[in-house]
Amino acid sequence: MRIVVDLNRCQGYAQCAFLAPEVFTLHGEESLVYAPWAGDEHREKVARAVAACPVRAITADGLDADEERPAPAGREA
Amino acid sequence: MHEPYHEWLRREGRIVVVGASLAGLRAAETLRAEGFAGSLTMIGDEPHPPYDRPPLSKAVLLGRAAPDRTELPRRREIDADWRLGVAAIGLDLAGRRVRLADGGEVPYDRLLIATGVRARPWPDEDEARLDGVFVLRTRGDAVRLHRRLKASPRRVFVIGAGFTGSEIASACRQQGLAVTVAERADAPLVGALGSVVGAVAADLHREGGVDLRTNVQVTALEGDRVGRVRAAHLSDGSVVETDVVVVALGAVRNTEWLAGSGLAAGPRGVACDAGCRAFDVRGIVTDDVFVAGDVARSPHPLFGYQFLSLEHWGNAVAQAEVAAHNMISGSSDRRPHLWVPAFWSSQFGVNIKSIGVPSMGTEIMITQGSLAERRFVGVYGHQGRVIAAVSFDNTRWLDFYQRLIETGAPFPVEFTTVDRRPEGRRPVPAAFPDPSLPTHGPTVTVSGYAPSDRRLVFTPARP
Repeated sequence: MRIVVDLNRCQGYAQCAFLAPEVFTLHGEESLVYAPWAGDEHREKVARAVAACPVRAITADGLDADEERPAPAGREA
Repeated sequence: MHEPYHEWLRREGRIVVVGASLAGLRAAETLRAEGFAGSLTMIGDEPHPPYDRPPLSKAVLLGRAAPDRTELPRRREIDADWRLGVAAIGLDLAGRRVRLADGGEVPYDRLLIATGVRARPWPDEDEARLDGVFVLRTRGDAVRLHRRLKASPRRVFVIGAGFTGSEIASACRQQGLAVTVAERADAPLVGALGSVVGAVAADLHREGGVDLRTNVQVTALEGDRVGRVRAAHLSDGSVVETDVVVVALGAVRNTEWLAGSGLAAGPRGVACDAGCRAFDVRGIVTDDVFVAGDVARSPHPLFGYQFLSLEHWGNAVAQAEVAAHNMISGSSDRRPHLWVPAFWSSQFGVNIKSIGVPSMGTEIMITQGSLAERRFVGVYGHQGRVIAAVSFDNTRWLDFYQRLIETGAPFPVEFTTVDRRPEGRRPVPAAFPDPSLPTHGPTVTVSGYAPSDRRLVFTPARP
């Protein structure tokens, strides 16, 4: 599955790094490094990470946090 | 409800997107999400489906991802006719057609230009062709560089300490490779963040084990008898032996294919209005050609209505969404693209983020944390207003500073903040280099006339 993290939105809460450490790791104190591709065996963990992200920064195939997310205040005209 | 033309357009119009990367893909998804049911053609010069570029200088070089596995996830099916590996080479504005490198032509009712930028090549073509000389922008670049770095080169020589160059240096050091970085300015990142913050970046390089050479230019790349690079010659007379050179001198906008088309396109990008509609060379806005992503330059009310070109991932997404919406909407339903510039970089274990336009700032105050600890927020001021902020390992505060930028809060800032230190109570010069000198890195180019500025004189051409 393909994965992308909106790193403008990411604030280093690291929930994803606890839930799917094979895919998401912290590099230093708050800088996220992630694998943009993960095998289907990680699907359940990635789904949990997508759901747990407090700022809903993670998009993965079929697991788009963006779909239901209300637009953050101040970012829309 | 939409008036009859846009009703028809949404139902059976033909939309062509030139540029099959992040902006093009997100625009296509937005078109379908908003109910566009006509035909959609995606044209891309690279043979790959849309992939993400930021990991190429980070996760890929750190060994956390394969260079050919960064394809972007899809938000939805877009049911498009993909024309990949075929560059667009011309545009017929009057006939509403895109000409392709394979001789084909694609007609459109609405066109989105999202051709982005490419890596600025090393200016000496013979030296650029030496084996071991790389740039890093595309998947192909990443595959080639990655392969060479895995073969344990003796030294990696990076030309240019902007964001990409610094990230490459950081990743190579983390892989245990010897790294030299040559930078024309007095510190890394100065074009984007100024010398006050650049000095911190220089410390990160040196503590990370990088042999950082500043205030130097590379005068020549030397090859051996079989055409492999063997050394770099610097303007201070020194010579650095190396077997890998990465040229990280920023980007060039992909607008050559629009030359002669009648659109206002050139080295600074394609000019468009706040609704992403392209201007033609007469300064008249088109109604069927739209622009999004790195190749666009558009006026922004928060920054004096100057034209901003943003090589930012988030801008590509936000502008693509606005462009797509406006392409299939009547004038009263259109939206302006008012995204506040934001970007990130990860290097030497530090998370660097910025919001606003730091390079417009004349002064900086460290409002939280301290430069010495490499954990801080710096606020940039321009004409008595907060214009930008940068954070090193302090990202959670940036939303607060975004609101200050959006509301034009006064600068110097008077409020107390968490972790405010005595040395951050007074502004100091932000120390950006002369803007007429070339800089590099994923930053902001401000161009065009600001009504509040009197630097430009309009001189009409005489017949």
